[in-house]
Amino acid sequence: MQGRRRRELALQALLAAALLGALWWLLDVTAANMAERGIRSGFDFLREPAGFAIGESLLPFESTDSALWALAAGLANTLRVALPAILASTLLGTLIGLGRLSPNLLLRGLCAAYVETLRNVPLLLQLLAWYFVVTDLLPLASEALQLAPHVFLSKSGLAIPWLGGDSGVLDLPLRGEINIVGGATLTPEFLALFLGLSLYTAAYIAETVRAGIQAVPRGQSDAALALGLTRVQLFRLVLLPQALRSIIPPLTNQHLSLTKNASLAVAIGYPDLVSVANTTLNQTGRAAECIALIMAVYLILSLLTAWLSAWLERRSGRWAERA
Amino acid sequence: MKTIQLVALLFLLHLAPAHAGKTLDQVRQRAQLACGVSTGVIGFSSADSQGRWNGFDVDLCRAVAAAVLNDAAKVKYVPLNAQQRFTALQSGEVDLLSRNTTWTLTRDASLGLHFTAVTYYDGQGFLVPKKLKITSAKQLKNAEICVQSGTTTEKNLGDWFKAQGIRIKPVVFEKFEASIKAFFSGRCQAYTTDASALAFIRSKEAPQPDDYVVLPDLISKEPLGPVVRRGDDEWFAIVKWVVFALIEAEEYGITQANLEQMKASTDPAVQRLLGTAEDSGKLLGLERDWAARAIKAVGNYGEMFQRNVGSASPLKLPRGLNALWSKGGLMYAPPVR
Repeated sequence: MQGRRRRELALQALLAAALLGALWWLLDVTAANMAERGIRSGFDFLREPAGFAIGESLLPFESTDSALWALAAGLANTLRVALPAILASTLLGTLIGLGRLSPNLLLRGLCAAYVETLRNVPLLLQLLAWYFVVTDLLPLASEALQLAPHVFLSKSGLAIPWLGGDSGVLDLPLRGEINIVGGATLTPEFLALFLGLSLYTAAYIAETVRAGIQAVPRGQSDAALALGLTRVQLFRLVLLPQALRSIIPPLTNQHLSLTKNASLAVAIGYPDLVSVANTTLNQTGRAAECIALIMAVYLILSLLTAWLSAWLERRSGRWAERA
Repeated sequence: MKTIQLVALLFLLHLAPAHAGKTLDQVRQRAQLACGVSTGVIGFSSADSQGRWNGFDVDLCRAVAAAVLNDAAKVKYVPLNAQQRFTALQSGEVDLLSRNTTWTLTRDASLGLHFTAVTYYDGQGFLVPKKLKITSAKQLKNAEICVQSGTTTEKNLGDWFKAQGIRIKPVVFEKFEASIKAFFSGRCQAYTTDASALAFIRSKEAPQPDDYVVLPDLISKEPLGPVVRRGDDEWFAIVKWVVFALIEAEEYGITQANLEQMKASTDPAVQRLLGTAEDSGKLLGLERDWAARAIKAVGNYGEMFQRNVGSASPLKLPRGLNALWSKGGLMYAPPVR
């Protein structure tokens, strides 16, 4: 037994070494080839000024800031849309998943129709559709609707008063000569991306939730109902704790896909990580470096999400045992 | 998808040996010129319904193929987006990049590439709705400006407005179609790209061309031209001199139509260019009628311009800076001698 274990360990170590070796070889050959062809490489460009502006940014960004800061601003924009969309899609998806199990025929039908429509239309098309619906419907910036004092709605987005600005206390949006000036803006790009990602992912999450609940043996609900539990109690005390265990892993997959799908932002003009990295790549010509950075960031995001969900899974396991 | 293609190209960079031999030999061996063009810019490079490529940049590929292979049709067009273009050239996927690419120091000095010659002098401008009553780009304070990603335009925007002390918000789209649609739906107060494209966008894409106006300001210099890999000086010289030969041809009045008569010309400069006297081809590693073949395939520079982007095309662009030096423009070729 001891010997077999040792052999397995040695085999795994060998595999890992071979993989690392191959990776090192790839990097080495590329670097050598690039040097020989006079292609500059390295990550020094990250410290140089980016030179381009970013339309909307959670982090304060000027075109004189470094390329690294531009990428950070892009990442912040990715998270700014992905995290709210994860919350919204999970909530909506759970409701629709439950709706599909409802005894009410109309509700069940509507929820089924939602799932089938949304997940059978490519996400990119949905994003473009949302974007052009949003921008076509709203009035021009020069003819912005004033919803309340200092709240404007137009094709440039929803402008609301925000902290900071020139006065240092409150930054109030005002009608400028050609556009709304000041305040914080929820742009049509953000709105379309948030809506598109949330609604699309909700369809998949609904199926995950439905499948998770249906995976709990029928006898469990029969027994609970026989014991006199109400439907709410049945759901909260019996079904959910057991269903969660099978729901969480595929749910994590959905959250991961959503984050990665957020990179479609570039199609509708939202400055996410990929959009900013594309611009940087094009200004500096450092293709290999920029692509490697994008891949590393998404890998880290995915690993973090997976780690978080593993932690949730353990917790829900404990919860299920207690219940 | 685009990223996957780029990764694949980067992977080619690993495999391709650094010195794969002379480009000319390779092109002749496979009897085909691999030419990188844009994925679709009317007038410069676009494919028609039969999949035939045409345009100003495409004609340059044809001229080089004619000079090198004696057949303008022996070109494999590789449509490349802005992110892929340099990697495609570096990795040897294409022999020549003829894809309205701006000559800048960073690109010339750090990408392992050589810009050969300028074939088109362009500049970045703005298209705005007339309704906004804007007459100068300096009035675009706080404006949102729609722009397509992957060009030098984003950086020009940053530089120019920074210098003017004006804040603007770029709205960056990956696809041309989306950027145009967003602008004409009123999402942005201005649209920016090279001036050569603005005229076309206004006349062909606007719902009402008269509702839009191209601002007189040009905020950048955009010298566009074909690019080759570093490390093959012979190939570099060939592409450069094909461009020069087309410009020389215009200067000496040699056209696609009168080429055969001109071969009988007694003007020594014309004789040298067409290879009827000295053999200039030998010096480039080509046949003596290399320039005549290129002119026969696409006409002289002026004809190439008028047919694709000038008065004989839907774009109707004026020659402007792209007129010959003797006619007030910047097109000047070193002498073929």
